[in-house]
Amino acid sequence: MAIISRGFHGRRPPAGRKLPPGQYETTGFPVLSAGPTPWISTDKWELSVTTETGRRHSWDWTALTKLPSETPTADLHCVTKWSKFGTRWQGVSLDVLLADVETAAEYVLVSSYGGYTTNLPLEDLLDGKAWIAYGYDGRPLAPEHGGPARLLVPHLYLWKSAKWVHGLELRENDTPGFWESAGYHNYGDPWQEQRYRGD
Amino acid sequence: MTERRAESATAVTLVLEVPEWPGHLAGQHVDIRLTAEDGYSTQRSYSIASAPDGTRLELTVQRVLGGEVSPYLVDELMPGDQLELRGPVGGWFVWQPEQQEPVLLVAGGSGLVPLMCMIRSRRAAGSRVPFRALYSLRSPAELLYGPEIRQGTPGVDVTHIYTREGPQQSVRPPGRITPDDLARHGWPPDFAPTCYVCGPTAFVEKAAAYLVLLGHDPERVRTERFGGGED
Ligand SMILES: Cc1cc2nc3c(=O)[nH]c(=O)nc-3n(C[C@H](O)[C@H](O)[C@H](O)COP(=O)(O)OP(=O)(O)OC[C@H]3O[C@@H](n4cnc5c(N)ncnc54)[C@H](O)[C@@H]3O)c2cc1C
Repeated sequence: MAIISRGFHGRRPPAGRKLPPGQYETTGFPVLSAGPTPWISTDKWELSVTTETGRRHSWDWTALTKLPSETPTADLHCVTKWSKFGTRWQGVSLDVLLADVETAAEYVLVSSYGGYTTNLPLEDLLDGKAWIAYGYDGRPLAPEHGGPARLLVPHLYLWKSAKWVHGLELRENDTPGFWESAGYHNYGDPWQEQRYRGD
Repeated sequence: MTERRAESATAVTLVLEVPEWPGHLAGQHVDIRLTAEDGYSTQRSYSIASAPDGTRLELTVQRVLGGEVSPYLVDELMPGDQLELRGPVGGWFVWQPEQQEPVLLVAGGSGLVPLMCMIRSRRAAGSRVPFRALYSLRSPAELLYGPEIRQGTPGVDVTHIYTREGPQQSVRPPGRITPDDLARHGWPPDFAPTCYVCGPTAFVEKAAAYLVLLGHDPERVRTERFGGGED
């Protein structure tokens, strides 16, 4: 049903690269956020996990960076159509952070410094699929890319990888976050092209 | 597409007739999908420039040199051609005529497009909420919507900031936007305006950070980053 654009040739991705539908490759690292970039000092930084029973676990910067870290390489897919291949990160796996957290919750509402929120099923954060990342390309993560630390969930569109992450609330019910309430897809799988509500 | 209008040496306005267009809010965008003969396709977002007006829609596209999509839209697409689009998209970077607070618009280059839509929608809705706009552009040759801006709209003050070369009569020496420009031509923070900042990513990063420094509540500063300059 697609309309052929007369005389359009386009720029193909290099052979061997597999792009999700509707995405194009960029070598830059675009920035997307709904407001100004907040600047959070690591002295005051804190990450908390609150369970459905109200039990709260928290880590300050020293505690987080003392935990065993991993250096995942990931392909990023942003809902605004760009994809970036082979990005290199350093961070703590959510499996480590959630290891001692007792919960039967199925959903997570992630909140950030600056007020941003996003929601996802808890299982999408487990089994080596997600990290609290604080290093990018061998350096501390820059504020415009979510530093000091952001969630990294590369198998979903990048808006799920909340920048400036501050808290994870484990919930029995799913609660739409910022973009999810503004017409974006609730789950956001780039391979299913789940950009907007109804996709 | 029914019509194209050159806005500057590097930008055109595309006038589209979209059957079943549901209407839009000022600040929203559409996703355009181009498809080559062999089925390869790619998409980009473009803000809506025109106030809601039935099934007629205007987009303004600035040519990005070496770009995959914008040179095609600016140079190749002709009246009568069909275009695949999806939208309207976006529910945060929007201005609605019910809003009563003052508004500050801060545009860099083609970032003016969704902000112009806000100015046009304000006029169309008969809103009397005061608007102030700072429009940063390289030189007078890049000016978008020149005649319409010169003609002016009561209650909308537009200040031009030239970064490379200004017109002869301008007193401000050319240069990037500064906190002083925003303090001088924007609103004091205690007027609690909603601020809309749009343009290339680096521009938005700076301008939004300055607004927060000047005392604007970060929650009242909404941004739309167009990309660019990140390589
Ligand atoms: C929500 C949204 C709304 C937008 N609205 C508009 C609009 O109303 N009018 C408009 O002209 N554009 C708009 N854009 C930008 C537009 O979507 C494209 O990114 C832009 O046209 C470049 O696409 P391209 O395929 O020509 O370049 P690409 O092939 O994607 O990029 C080529 C090179 O140009 C650089 N580049 C990409 N974007 C820009 C940019 N904006 N400025 C400078 N360099 C860039 C890239 O880093 C790359 O190196 C919008 C973007 C977003 C996210």
